[in-house]
Amino acid sequence: MLAITEALPKPDGQTRAAEATAAVVVRHAVKSFQENDPEAQRSWRHWLSRPRRTLHAVRGIDMTIRRGEIFGILGPNGSGKSTLIRLIATLLIPDGGEVKVFGHDVVTETMAVRRLINRVSVEAAFFKKLSPMENLRYAARLYGLPMAEATARCTLIMQRLGFPRSKLGASLEDLSRGQQQKVAIARALMTSPVLILLDEPTTGLDPKSKRDVQEFILEVRQEHDATVILTSHDMAESERLCDRVAFIDNGRFVAEGTPAELRERFGGNLEEVFLTVTGKNWEEVESE
Amino acid sequence: MMTPLLHQLDAGYAFVERNWGLVKRYIGWDFVWLVYGAVSTLTIGLIGVSAAGVGGQSAVLYLLIGALLWTFLSVMFQFMSESVQWERWEGTIEYTFMAPVSRVTYLAGHGVFAVSYSLLRTVLILGITVLWFHLDLSHANLLAALLVLLLASLSFLGLGLLGATLPLLSTERGAQATHIVNGVLLLCSSVYYPITVLPHWLQPLAAVNPATLTLDAIRACMMQGAGLGDVWPQVWRLLLTAVVLIPVGMLAFAWGERRAMRTGKLKRNG
Repeated sequence: MLAITEALPKPDGQTRAAEATAAVVVRHAVKSFQENDPEAQRSWRHWLSRPRRTLHAVRGIDMTIRRGEIFGILGPNGSGKSTLIRLIATLLIPDGGEVKVFGHDVVTETMAVRRLINRVSVEAAFFKKLSPMENLRYAARLYGLPMAEATARCTLIMQRLGFPRSKLGASLEDLSRGQQQKVAIARALMTSPVLILLDEPTTGLDPKSKRDVQEFILEVRQEHDATVILTSHDMAESERLCDRVAFIDNGRFVAEGTPAELRERFGGNLEEVFLTVTGKNWEEVESE
Repeated sequence: MMTPLLHQLDAGYAFVERNWGLVKRYIGWDFVWLVYGAVSTLTIGLIGVSAAGVGGQSAVLYLLIGALLWTFLSVMFQFMSESVQWERWEGTIEYTFMAPVSRVTYLAGHGVFAVSYSLLRTVLILGITVLWFHLDLSHANLLAALLVLLLASLSFLGLGLLGATLPLLSTERGAQATHIVNGVLLLCSSVYYPITVLPHWLQPLAAVNPATLTLDAIRACMMQGAGLGDVWPQVWRLLLTAVVLIPVGMLAFAWGERRAMRTGKLKRNG
């Protein structure tokens, strides 16, 4: 790992200065996985041997995210968005390159990074038999939040997101997908993270819930000076929320800039930008 | 915000509180497992009754103590591994592992709950067996037996950590694989028979097996009224085993976690 990091091209003075004040710095991050080869598995000869193939999820990504910025990562399913988020969230160990959060390396200073971040993923993962309050209380204790403060913050966030108070004691399994996602957002935000990782937080939400969440994200950035990394399939959402966006395809960033810059550079709306830089139709890759 | 130490203590309590919340949600099922545990123990006791000609009530007690410890260990190992497996099913393990909580806290929290929960189940089953077989425990040193069990739990926790590592390797099959640990402990211990009946090459392993040491000490407390001082030779060896097994268990868990983070196996989807 050290050898790979040292072999990376050295940033110049200007880049170094930008990185020093950055919220997140990713330099040539690489991550691949071994997965079962579905083609080979169809053959009876591989009944026991389970042939594997390498899936290159992230192929040398570089990015610098400024403090207080909302940075969007746009790409189709399987393009590497969630893997990149997991690398920043200390949930994956990179095969190469380096990832730093407020100057802390995600591999060697894991605990320091964990104190600064929280994450909302597309799947609202909870103990489904427990109630929202029980799940939130559990999360609060993990982050060292005094219980009274945690309860007050949760109630406020849930109220702000339009979550019905009467459902706070119900089992998570009895809540709708939108309600579960709101609890997930409350879980991440009640700990006041300075870096919020939002991995498709509004996917599957109804228009009203989507709007509630989007407005809340803007509010959090404004009031708490938080940095947000948002992955999304929704071009309109990204355009509304993000200061800068990057298109990711096959584990690589293929275009990066403010939405206005990208539209100006490539012409048309963001979907057309995607078509220009990848040669793929956004609607088609979305339906895959 | 809390001081780091208070934070870790509170986080440790989070695992206890969460597990208790889940047990309450499945209380009906817990009752079923309690009945199953009681029935299994009574069956072993009845085997003792059938052999009463050989050893009388002491044969019954000898077997029952073995069966009760076996219940305790099975429940504890199962709970330790299920705690991790549950998180993997629900997908919450990423959130738990992403939190600023040390793995020592994580495992200690689960360990404390697993030991307390197993102890409660074992005491309830002991009560049932005493009533069923009209056991005379007037000469038993129950307090010393309980203390031995608590001290022995430290070394069993080390083995429990090994069991907790398995669901990190395989969500579906990992927890079931903890039966391997149980099976080896059962074979190489005096749960149901003295270790002298084991093949010679297995006897040294049985002699250092924490289950054998615990049973020797608890049987002395329960059947001869021995005090903690009387069973000190077994107790210090149990503590020594804990000193070895807990770090081994921790290292195994750290290895399992690192492997999962390298191979991307922590997640269930996405």
